[in-house]
Amino acid sequence: MAKHIISARNLVKAFGTGEFAVRALDTVSLDIRPGEFFTLLGPSGCGKTTLLRLFAGFEMPSAGTILLDGEDVTVLPPNRRPINTVFQSYALFPHLTVAENVGFALKMQGKPRAEIEATVARMLALVRLEAMAGRKITQLSGGQQQRVALARALAPHPKVLLLDEPLSALDLKLRKEMQVELKRLQNETGITFIFVTHDQEEALTMSDRIAVMSAGKLQQVGTPKEIYTHPINRFVAAFIGETNFIEAVGETGGARLKTGDLIPVEGVLHGPVTVAIRPEQLRLVPPETEGAIAATVRDLVYFGTGTHCHMALADGTALTARLQSPASGEIGLALGESVGVLPTPGAAQLLRE
Amino acid sequence: MSEQRSFDVADLPGVGPTALLVFAGLYAPIVTLVVYSFNAAPSVATWDGFTFDWYLKAWHNSTVMNAAANSLIIATLAALFSTALATLAALGTTRRPAFFGITAIYAAINQPLMVPEIVTAVALLIVIAAIKAATGYAGLGYLVIAHTAFCIPFAYLPIRARLEGMDLTLETAAADLYASPWQSFRFVTLPQLTPGILAGWMLAFVTSLDDVVITEFIKSPGQDTLPTYMLGQLRRAMTPDINALSAALLGLTLVLLSGFFLLSRRKS
Repeated sequence: MAKHIISARNLVKAFGTGEFAVRALDTVSLDIRPGEFFTLLGPSGCGKTTLLRLFAGFEMPSAGTILLDGEDVTVLPPNRRPINTVFQSYALFPHLTVAENVGFALKMQGKPRAEIEATVARMLALVRLEAMAGRKITQLSGGQQQRVALARALAPHPKVLLLDEPLSALDLKLRKEMQVELKRLQNETGITFIFVTHDQEEALTMSDRIAVMSAGKLQQVGTPKEIYTHPINRFVAAFIGETNFIEAVGETGGARLKTGDLIPVEGVLHGPVTVAIRPEQLRLVPPETEGAIAATVRDLVYFGTGTHCHMALADGTALTARLQSPASGEIGLALGESVGVLPTPGAAQLLRE
Repeated sequence: MSEQRSFDVADLPGVGPTALLVFAGLYAPIVTLVVYSFNAAPSVATWDGFTFDWYLKAWHNSTVMNAAANSLIIATLAALFSTALATLAALGTTRRPAFFGITAIYAAINQPLMVPEIVTAVALLIVIAAIKAATGYAGLGYLVIAHTAFCIPFAYLPIRARLEGMDLTLETAAADLYASPWQSFRFVTLPQLTPGILAGWMLAFVTSLDDVVITEFIKSPGQDTLPTYMLGQLRRAMTPDINALSAALLGLTLVLLSGFFLLSRRKS
């Protein structure tokens, strides 16, 4: 087995021609490891679904190559790629039963009937739908249809399973259940999953690695932790979780804010920079504390497990801190109060631009 | 019916009577025809009791039966061929991105709906006379071909409607699951298309069964279909067995159209 199950090399997908051409994908290169739960994350229109469709073979790239397990599959039609897809709309065949849907790929491959029946039974057991084998698709609930779609795509044991926002049609509770279910299926089958979503929380929860995409380009690839704690640019920092952005000037030892305060940061970046810091990495201290940045409390928003404290610095820059709820529920802050803000050492990121 | 409506056509004066009048105009003659097909009197003017005699008389008339056989053979074959061609045409016009001139192609396929039938009949007469002279063949083949041609749009419309209503992702999914283009058509597209194809076949069959003008122009001597036979009888004296034949044709048409209605209502 090759080191990478899927490698994208300089993939470009343009729609339209001439000056009206739109690059849905702009020179994307990516390596996905065998057995990985890999997520393509980005807002709608970022190119994540286009990339998935190129992997599946539903569309051909305008330029670039796709390697599957070391072999060039760039122009191979979808029916000749050992890659299967779970569609956003499920795309189950309404004229076939659950069992016939799950066995469809094996039947197309000309597998013997006994083998098809055995695999279908195994797959239905895997997604816990044994009792539904003879049902029509229209007799199933949304969650059950979702599981049939998974079983159907897993039945031929593809090298890679593509999942195009498969959970977006489910309600929140079912969605949480299916997230766990998907992880379990991936562990049990050992198949590489490439998962497309616009939901950053879903991506952080489920993925081994995430590729954040925007405007047809890869912004950052990394583990959920790397992406959350070390976002490479302002887009990634803003898209994943909540972040404070403060304009500053980089100098030796840290970033100098317009208020004159210095936020210490490792590594030197000179010139105009943006300081990115998560709300949970800000501590509120008495204003006279050494190293604290002076701020005024503007608003307090309680959300159960904590309170968002919205503040303004001396120059008017907005800043939000997330405070844990103490046992009493009272955080002892009042609107208009002067406070000191102390960033957790090492938590601030300097971003160019 | 709790839906709020600011305006209801039925509230306007005269709507109900007008509708009644129109339906009476449409159906009263047909009802009269069916009733008089059971009239014992040989004249259409007087009612003289109930009888099945005219149906029996038509049944035992070998010319009528011959014409009926011709009608059924031509309609069955023409419906079969036109449905097959219409299916291909419908696939060709829906399973690809819209292209320049697609509207012109729709118009070309639906030509028999727009060109006056008498024009087509004369044109066919000229061409077929030439082929007959050249080959000597004078069988039912000409009628089958001509009927196939004008039945195509009737078969094409329901099939295309069905194809356009189909979820294209299903075909993508079939390809994703290792189906070759042919397997994808055979196991996914065709099963979903079947109600449309059957509906198209029935419409084509009824259309062929009913045709007079083109058939009258291009048939060889002795090749009467039911409608042309009835037209021929009309030139002599109107007898109630024509009523019986018309009523029988109407019955067959109703059965087929009910089938069409049920099939086109059936959801995937």
